[in-house]
Order: sequence, then structure tokens, then C-alpha cells
Amino acid sequence: MALETSGELLLTVNGEPRRIGVGASIADLVASLGLDPKKVAVEHNAEIAPRSMLADVRLADGDVLEIVHFVGGG
Amino acid sequence: MTDTVAEKTADTWTVAGRTFTSRLIVGTGKYKDFAQNAAAVEASGAEIVTVAVRRVNISDPKAPMLTDFIDPKKITYLPNTAGCFTAEEAIRTLRLAREAGGWDLVKLEVLGEARTLYPDMRETLKACEVLAGEGFAPMVYCVDDPIAAKQLEEAGAVAIMPLGAPIGSGLGIQNKVTVRLIVEGANVPVLVDAGVGTASDAAVAMELGCDGVLMNTAIAEAKDPLRMARAMKLAVEAGRDAYLAGRMGTRRYADPSSPLAGLI
Repeated sequence: MALETSGELLLTVNGEPRRIGVGASIADLVASLGLDPKKVAVEHNAEIAPRSMLADVRLADGDVLEIVHFVGGG
Repeated sequence: MTDTVAEKTADTWTVAGRTFTSRLIVGTGKYKDFAQNAAAVEASGAEIVTVAVRRVNISDPKAPMLTDFIDPKKITYLPNTAGCFTAEEAIRTLRLAREAGGWDLVKLEVLGEARTLYPDMRETLKACEVLAGEGFAPMVYCVDDPIAAKQLEEAGAVAIMPLGAPIGSGLGIQNKVTVRLIVEGANVPVLVDAGVGTASDAAVAMELGCDGVLMNTAIAEAKDPLRMARAMKLAVEAGRDAYLAGRMGTRRYADPSSPLAGLI
């Protein structure tokens, strides 16, 4: 809660702690990481976050996100 | 029987309503770099590549990406569930893959153990049913068991992909009898997935009547991957033609090809 009053949320992104300003959306997070939203998929608290909704979903303190993309594989 | 091989050009195969000309599917793992990988895909003539779904490296977001080298608009990406040991993990991975790529044709594999990478069929069947229910078109890596293959088909698999030998082993098709039985019993395409080591292995799979072959390591770990990619393309085509042509019967003893009449 102390984090929220300081204007920042503490998230877990791909297993690592990450801070972002209060009020930020998933789209803001993706942009702040320098990622192209068209090339990634986001899971937000174990639910798929549809690409079309990324700007509409506000992040909350303690949220857990997975951001994935395609890599080489067999 | 025909006198020309003109209709060879029309020898396509169809999975989940999508039609392809190449019967070779290649992986995109283990290559020296993305450029070599892309060149090998081109040399193989493959129209489908398998890809894995992994976390983005958030500390280096500008690192080169597979999609920069192999264009998903030209080559069909088949997302896999490699590394998943439960139905739940595999389903979660493919839901993300569908969101990342926007397509529902996927490769399902649920592994039983790390040493053999043998499929866990109980979890595989469970995942296949759930995925099919969610509108996915799962092509399924499985054991070379004709009964399991039928069960997968009932569970909504759009292609049956039995292993020829353990993943990455290069041991070739170990059980030609069961692969043939799966082919004979299936109403969906059958592709040998895993175990191919060299071109003759791919030809064997096709001669058994498989609709295609999926491989990664055989090309990526060849000393010259581009040449091996081309060899695999030719082997798959040769094996397919041999299957369609219908091989001669075997005999226990010799039968001369030159006439005996007129000998001096």
C-alpha cells in the first residue's frame, strides 16, 4: 500500500519485479518495455489479456504479468 | 495408372482446411543464427515451421526476433508446447500463442519425462480435448500406437504426429509397422514427428504413406544445414512419389531383368 501512495505499483513481469506509475495500463507497460504489442502476447494474473484490450486494462499493485513471443523451436 | 507425372503438381495435402504443397515441416531451433535458420527453411521448401512460445527478454527488448527473419505472413507458424509436462501448461502456452499469432493451428506435445521426451498420452489426450473445445486445431505429437492415435482423433486432433524415434535422437523410424497401422486407420493427416536423422529416414516415413514429416535437429545439426535441408526436401518428394507409384513386390530370390530368350 505504501507503494501506491508513492505513486508507483509493484508488478511481477516475466518473473522479475518491475515498477510502473499508478494508473498505467497494460499497453503503457508494454510500451515502457520497448516492445511492439503486435509481436507479443500478454497474460495478466493468469488470464489472457486480448491485444485489443491492452489499453483498457489498468494495472494494480501486485499484478503478475507474462509477456511472451515466438522463438525458435522444434 | 497414368503415362505422365503431370498430376504430381496437384499432390497437395490439407490439414484443418488449410492446403499445403510441401509435405516437410521444419523446426526453428538449434540453428547457429536466424539467418542460417531462414536460409534452411527456404532450402527445405517448407511452408510450415514450428516455433516455441517463450518469455520476452525484457532487459533486451531490441534483440533480434524470429519474426524479423521468417515472415509469418509467408510461412505458417505452428506454435508448439515444447517443454510442457502437463495438460495445463500446454493449454496455457497455446492460449498465449493464439493471442500472439492470431491463429489456431497449433502443435500439441505434452512430455512425460526429460530423458526420453516421450509423450505423456494421458495428459496429451486431456489437453487435446480442451483445446479442440476452445476452437484450436491441434496437430498432436504422440506415441506410435494406433489405438492412441484413434483416441486422439476422437479428442479433436486435426493431425496425428507419431514419433519415429525420440526427439533429437536421429535414430530413424524405429517401428514401421505401427506407423503404417496409424496411417491406415487415420481419417486425418499423419506426419512422423521426431526421430528423423537423415534423408533416407524421411523417405521411409513417406513410403509408409505418411502425409508429411516434421523435423528440426536432422537439418540444424547437419554439418551443412542448407544442403541437408535440400536433401530432406528431395527425400520427402521421392518417398511420396514412391508411395504413390506403388512399390514392386519382394522376392526371395533373383529374377533377371534381361530376357532369357535369344541368348547366344
